[in-house]
Amino acid sequence: MSRRRGIQILIGLAGAFLVVMGIERGEVPVVLHKAVNICLECIGIG
Amino acid sequence: MTSLSHNMKRRLIQWIAFAMTNAQIGNLGMGKLYKGPWKQFCSPGLNCYSCPAAVTACPIGAMQAVGGAGQFNISFYIIGILMLIGILLGRAVCGFLCPFGLFQELLHKLPSPKRLLPWKKLIYLKYVVLIVFVILLPAIFTNYMGIGDPAFCKYICPAGTLEGGIPLLLTHPELRQAAGNLFLWKMMLLLAVIIGSVVIERFFCKVLCPLGAIYGLLNRFSVYHLHVDDKKCISCGACSRLCPMEISPVFSPDSAECIRCGKCAGQCPEQAIHMVWKK
Repeated sequence: MSRRRGIQILIGLAGAFLVVMGIERGEVPVVLHKAVNICLECIGIG
Repeated sequence: MTSLSHNMKRRLIQWIAFAMTNAQIGNLGMGKLYKGPWKQFCSPGLNCYSCPAAVTACPIGAMQAVGGAGQFNISFYIIGILMLIGILLGRAVCGFLCPFGLFQELLHKLPSPKRLLPWKKLIYLKYVVLIVFVILLPAIFTNYMGIGDPAFCKYICPAGTLEGGIPLLLTHPELRQAAGNLFLWKMMLLLAVIIGSVVIERFFCKVLCPLGAIYGLLNRFSVYHLHVDDKKCISCGACSRLCPMEISPVFSPDSAECIRCGKCAGQCPEQAIHMVWKK
């Protein structure tokens, strides 16, 4: 296995682990809540 | 039947990605936001979730929302998603999937004098934007409830102004009444990015985009990447002259600036450059 392939697998696994950890600690409802409501900061109202 | 050139295929993918990311087009006229389950997921490119047409969340907006949420200081969920997308595609997301990237490319087609970046070191500004506005400010400067502002979205993001601010202010008189100096600042910044993109190819991608900064860090290891056949390369420089990101594909095929558009591969007279999935 090449070094590049090894790093790809490592980063891929780390990414997957972080996604699972984020879901487990309840980040997804925060993302959803922000995304379904008008973000006044994003549109320049503040 | 004539087969499509690489650039035509890339443009087609860009338009498909734009359409899929902003499929709720009917909401534009009503100024409503899509509130369905797809908003739990992020688009790979920069696309404001306050755009009425947006189907998914913006990864940079979501990162700040979670980072400034009080109980979290950093988003594992979003960073994990960006790592997965980035290790697969690197900045090919910028070249193929980002709606704001497409917008800049279309702007650059407008007739005007064309220039390169006046100072090459400006490309590092996007890393400052990422660290300060996306990561630090939302986590550090919080209100009495422990919630931080999404500083990049609030003070910088032109995609938010273009895709969210303008359509929503057009359809909501109450928002127009509330618009003040911050909206004026963001409109001026949007105008500067638009003019910048007309004159300098992919101006925002080069100088300000924090999402491009993140994906660029993974360009060195991404599965989809540039491969240069040193035996065929005659160092003619054609690839460097063509590159929209002002890099030398031959000397830096894994450059953090490369958006994998493939223009270099398409024009190489010796066919020494290829876009590949495997080494």
